[in-house]
Amino acid sequence: MTLQNIAMSTGFILILIGLYGAMTHKNILRMIVGFTIAGTGTNLVLIAVGYLPGRAAPILNAAVPIETASATIVDPVPQALVLTAIVIGLGVTALMLAFAYKIHATKGTLDISKLTDLKW
Amino acid sequence: MTKHMITFLLLLGIGAIFADLLTGFSADQNLNASAEFYATHTVSDTGAANIVTAIIVTFRGLDTLGEVTVLFLTAAIVALVLSGDMAGGFQVKPRRWPVGELLETGTRLLVPLIALFGAYVFINGHLTPGGGFQGGAILASAMLLMLLADPTRRFAHKTIARIESVSGLFYVFIGVLGLALAGGFLDNRILPLGDFGSLLSAGAIPLIYVLIGLKVGAEFSSIMTSLSESEDV
Amino acid sequence: MSPMMLVLSLLLSAAMIGVAVMAVWPARSTAVAVLAAGAVSLMASIMFLVLAAPDVAMTEAAIGSGLTTFLFFFVLGRVRSGKDD
Repeated sequence: MTLQNIAMSTGFILILIGLYGAMTHKNILRMIVGFTIAGTGTNLVLIAVGYLPGRAAPILNAAVPIETASATIVDPVPQALVLTAIVIGLGVTALMLAFAYKIHATKGTLDISKLTDLKW
Repeated sequence: MTKHMITFLLLLGIGAIFADLLTGFSADQNLNASAEFYATHTVSDTGAANIVTAIIVTFRGLDTLGEVTVLFLTAAIVALVLSGDMAGGFQVKPRRWPVGELLETGTRLLVPLIALFGAYVFINGHLTPGGGFQGGAILASAMLLMLLADPTRRFAHKTIARIESVSGLFYVFIGVLGLALAGGFLDNRILPLGDFGSLLSAGAIPLIYVLIGLKVGAEFSSIMTSLSESEDV
Repeated sequence: MSPMMLVLSLLLSAAMIGVAVMAVWPARSTAVAVLAAGAVSLMASIMFLVLAAPDVAMTEAAIGSGLTTFLFFFVLGRVRSGKDD
């Protein structure tokens, strides 16, 4: 049982909880909440993969000198990726919310079982 | 009921895959080759102390340009989708409940401080944790506080759009400058690398991150004002 | 990693899972679900800090738990007056 395993399993469980919420709810806003939780879980898994036990953050200073950096820092690449993913995640969430608002404005409901225009 | 059953089975399958991944995972003891390269070459190539910043702004700079473009498109689409519902012009809607005195006075005190902190975060992006995206989000939260204190406030969309496009233009311009004066597109060595660890170091990284911060802050503010100015349904 | 740190991160992960379940629990109102999702983000940012990723922790705290929650509430405030919740 290490910190890495705890963080990774938490991330996987968050993905499952988020997907469950996105798949079972009928209210569009609740589905978007599920998606954001799944996104948080994915980010947690990625960061946990890049973590190396007992190492420091990838910022060089007096405590983490340049010469020994490759033996004392964690993997910086997943961190850069996840930073990008969080920012894009907000963009995706904002877009979903804007469409949800528009649906409510035109149809007067957020319940997907009542939106039957494309159903036959 | 069958629908819930299908959902449950699907989640069970995904969970089984995750469990397999989790049990098969063994932690690395050393950095892999690309991480090793970033760890050893960041200071000599870019002069930045924060390796994550160096990766985002220089090594993978083109990806970041794509990222802010995606954000710009998102802001534009949100504005487009909601444009039909915007409160026309500057008409003031009656407030449903008064905003507290505490919030109004606190906003006057806090907004400059929050904006200053946002600027601090993106100017120091190459030295400390933080950078353009975080700083931009903090700037946008200053706007958010103003919006909460006075829900009828209308921000000048033209100014936001102008900040956004000017900083985007300069970002690309610096990238092309890198092509002409240094090793390639978005190379930060168009300016001297300076002393490691000082504020004016790491070549063009602080400049690029300030531009990213302004651009991201403007984009987030635009998304927020679009959503908050939409009419009640 | 000291044992106390391990216990603390276990507690944190248990809290995260509990709050996430609260966010998707059908009986809760949408406002509670949005707040719970924001709390999951905030706790994830603490987890990122423990996993030696301060940059990501800062981004998650500012964007994931701050701005996202407020975007939800802007939309929630607009659709509240409708029939369903």
